[in-house]
Amino acid sequence: MSLPEKTPLLLNVNGEDMEVLVAAGKTLLEVLREDLDLTGTKHGCELGECGACTVLRDGQPVLSCLLLANECEGTLIETVEGLADKDRLHPLQLAFAEHGGLQCGYCTPGVLMTAKALLDGNSRPHRSQIREALSGNLCRCTGYQQIIESVEHAAAAINAPAKAGS
Amino acid sequence: MNSGKSNVRPFRIIGKPRVRVDALSKVTGQTLFADDIKLPRMLHCKLLRSTVPHAAIEKIDVARASNHPGVHLVLTGKDFPIEYGILPVSQDERPLCRDKVRFVGDPVAAVIARDEQTASAALALIEITYQSLPTIASVDEALLPTEAPLQDYAEEHNIHRRLSYSFGDVDEALEEADHVFEDTFFYEGNTHMAMEQHASVASADPDGRVTLWSSTQCPHYVHRALAKALEMPAAHIRVIACPNGGGFGGKTDPFNHEIVVSKASLLLGRPVKICLTREEVFFCHRGRHQVTMKFRTGVNNDGKLTGMHLQTLLDGGAYGSYGIASTFYTAALQPTTYHLPRYSFDACRVFTNKPPCGPKRGHGTPQPRFGQEVQLDKIAEKLQMDPAQLRLGMVAEPDSLTCNYLKIGTIGLKQCIDSVVKKSDWKNKYHNLPSGKGVGIACGAYMSGAGTAIYWNKMPHSGVQIKLDRSGAVTVYCGATDVGQGSDDVLVSLVTEVLGIETIDIKCVTGDTDLTPVDLGSYSSRVTLMMGNAAIQAAERARDLIANAVADKLEITADHIGFADRLVFDVEDPTRHMSFQEAVVCAEEKHGTLVTAGSYAPPKSAGKYPGGGVGPSPTYSYTAAVAEVEVDEKTGVVEVSRIYIAHDIGRSLNPVQVEGQVIGGVYMGIGEALMEETTSRRLSPRLSNALLHDNPSMLDYKTLTMHDMPEVLVDIIEDPDPNGPFGAKEVGQGPLLPIMPAVANAIFDAVGVRIDEVPITPAKVLKALEMKAAGREGRVGPRAFPAIDWPQAMFVLPPAEGGDGKASNKPERKRAAKMHAMDKVEEQTTDTVKPS
Repeated sequence: MSLPEKTPLLLNVNGEDMEVLVAAGKTLLEVLREDLDLTGTKHGCELGECGACTVLRDGQPVLSCLLLANECEGTLIETVEGLADKDRLHPLQLAFAEHGGLQCGYCTPGVLMTAKALLDGNSRPHRSQIREALSGNLCRCTGYQQIIESVEHAAAAINAPAKAGS
Repeated sequence: MNSGKSNVRPFRIIGKPRVRVDALSKVTGQTLFADDIKLPRMLHCKLLRSTVPHAAIEKIDVARASNHPGVHLVLTGKDFPIEYGILPVSQDERPLCRDKVRFVGDPVAAVIARDEQTASAALALIEITYQSLPTIASVDEALLPTEAPLQDYAEEHNIHRRLSYSFGDVDEALEEADHVFEDTFFYEGNTHMAMEQHASVASADPDGRVTLWSSTQCPHYVHRALAKALEMPAAHIRVIACPNGGGFGGKTDPFNHEIVVSKASLLLGRPVKICLTREEVFFCHRGRHQVTMKFRTGVNNDGKLTGMHLQTLLDGGAYGSYGIASTFYTAALQPTTYHLPRYSFDACRVFTNKPPCGPKRGHGTPQPRFGQEVQLDKIAEKLQMDPAQLRLGMVAEPDSLTCNYLKIGTIGLKQCIDSVVKKSDWKNKYHNLPSGKGVGIACGAYMSGAGTAIYWNKMPHSGVQIKLDRSGAVTVYCGATDVGQGSDDVLVSLVTEVLGIETIDIKCVTGDTDLTPVDLGSYSSRVTLMMGNAAIQAAERARDLIANAVADKLEITADHIGFADRLVFDVEDPTRHMSFQEAVVCAEEKHGTLVTAGSYAPPKSAGKYPGGGVGPSPTYSYTAAVAEVEVDEKTGVVEVSRIYIAHDIGRSLNPVQVEGQVIGGVYMGIGEALMEETTSRRLSPRLSNALLHDNPSMLDYKTLTMHDMPEVLVDIIEDPDPNGPFGAKEVGQGPLLPIMPAVANAIFDAVGVRIDEVPITPAKVLKALEMKAAGREGRVGPRAFPAIDWPQAMFVLPPAEGGDGKASNKPERKRAAKMHAMDKVEEQTTDTVKPS
């Protein structure tokens, strides 16, 4: 019985170097979920239509279902599992939890990563810029309004001077 | 219902904005959905689906696939002799087709292999010979005589079921009305498109039992279907509903893939997983039925309805699914919104060679709601009345019985209408905006849970158990399933409120047929009300046990014991207290191991006629909405610029979640109004003549993006309903209902054309504008309702005319009823002076 040929691949995911044996043609999405057990990244179509699988590559949002894992060697990959800083949640995570930015939670990891790239580049986005940045992330539950509000709350928290004791 | 001790105000957490209990695991990516499960030795399954729309299976050769390296098992229809289906009257599905395929996408074989790629490669090696059968592509074709119906249990031709009911003499009511309006409407089918693709993992144990993890809204119904299809005792099957990545009704049927992987795991003794592709999710469907409708409505000059006759024709696709219930629902709930003295309906569902339709958010009611609310707009125009005022004048009475015996409890519809009229500045905008801009109003009502189960039984619809022990830990168990609507949060928050602790102190275990008491599932907007009432009962019983024990210690009576802030105390002197954990120790000392249970079954239906079980609910929610639109008269593009919506929820348990449900419903409603549609096309005979799904991808099936979504202004109307947990009613489905007609009515206000069908595409708007410009009626919509041979209507005398809720088609009874009705009409005539 012949097994598919695999090649070793070195990936940096959420700041950690990881070595995996990958069959040719495997997408980054498949490697993250199946080989590295990082199942926080979701899939809704595996055709680049829905945005659920969005992760960051060198800080830019990419659709991990359309990207071959081999193309990611030497880059920095960020997924939802790396969004929190140890036990300190990212302001986006807190804002989404508090302001109804999620319901079923399935599109949430992709939305959060896209929003992180937005806020990393522009911590005071206008509503139109939030809509522009997130228009490739489909959500069937929320009607988007509370997602937009959550991003705005997160931006406000990022820009607020650090409170004593927090 | 729960008007006792728990219903005290102010609440500690109920009604306050709060982070839902599953939020943090979801924002960190830790929530495990079905496809996130990975078990040791797990194999992968792929299904081979039919490439032809209707055919007899002559031969399947799986030899090459079975011998393919890495393949462990190939299954076909012969491995599954038993039929199943969600409704007892429509047991017409097989896990894999055996004799016939009925639509492109019907599964015929399964390969279980070491990985998905291997399974997919092996699928291509299966050889099937089909013998083509005539394809039914439309409702019109389905109504024609045929030698070979799609389903052998069809009533006649390809007609699945016809229903005819008359609640009072509607012909007479229409004859006596000042005006009779006759309108036809068309509502194209559409689908749920939940973000999560259906996935299942089955794992058999060496003793011959099997566990299935699945993205299902109804683990209990999957449990029953598995027991039947696998010919196994249900007691040996465990179904665990994973958190669903959205459902909207699309995961309420038991699915063929769930049965296939369970069987495969039992045969192989290894875990087997399947995750459907997005295209396969479109094939599973069970989405909104396409419905053609005709309304004949009698109205007096004062704007009061005298009677209504509704006809509906549903394209059901290839299988039964929930279809008979869907058919009833295209008619049953109409009388719950406005006072309607008499009502009759004829409803018909047909089979076609398309993916099967079933329940989608609003199940069968958005279609007739669209028709009725657009017709009311036309009535207001004809009577020169304000459409909001017209509706305010006909709102159904609280604590009343409709003419078809639905019991209305609280009804906040007037407040809803008042709210959206005021907030939208309706009076200044309606008929007053510049050309191209317009406003439209519409309303809706929805059940807070179906009054009857899918299968007839006298048992509870929802059960909750609570376990407490000396650690102070509280675990609450319920069969309910979180599909994103926040049912886990509702469960935990209600128990938290009663026991005076914090949500983090409670662990909830849900949707697991081994561990949790039965809850029928997340459908019909039933969970908050039914699970909620069961949860409060279980929590009150736990609280009573604790209070009883603590009262002994404090030497007071149990009714003086209070619960708050993780303390149990003397309400007269709160300094005399102990921690909740110490109180549980007292209770365990006195009563032994602590477990309580609560259960809920809805009130009995007032309608005693056959079919009267569809429509009753413990209470109904109400919604009103105003849509503001801009229509580009050059392109026909409609932009919804704002939605004002007010929803009567009884009591809002967590306002953040309630608002999210409302906005989500608005979003899906705008999608249905403007773009969402499931259509099919027939290839030329040269290319197999197959009837194909037109748009089985997220790119081709259009939905709103964040760019398209307008601002939504939400008002929550609270008037606690005695049947709801702390007074709560549903919110998951009702807010969608008024959106489609509000948009259509706003388009008429903007540019003076009627689009009597959804979706309202730019092409339809342009066509209507061209017709109007040519001096014709600016309208796009069906001209006629197809001729259908209806059965004799089941006659039920309305309660207001002395009826007892039973059906009687005896001529003498009907005559007597008519005489009685005439007396009533005379009384009314003398009471009401009609404006001339």
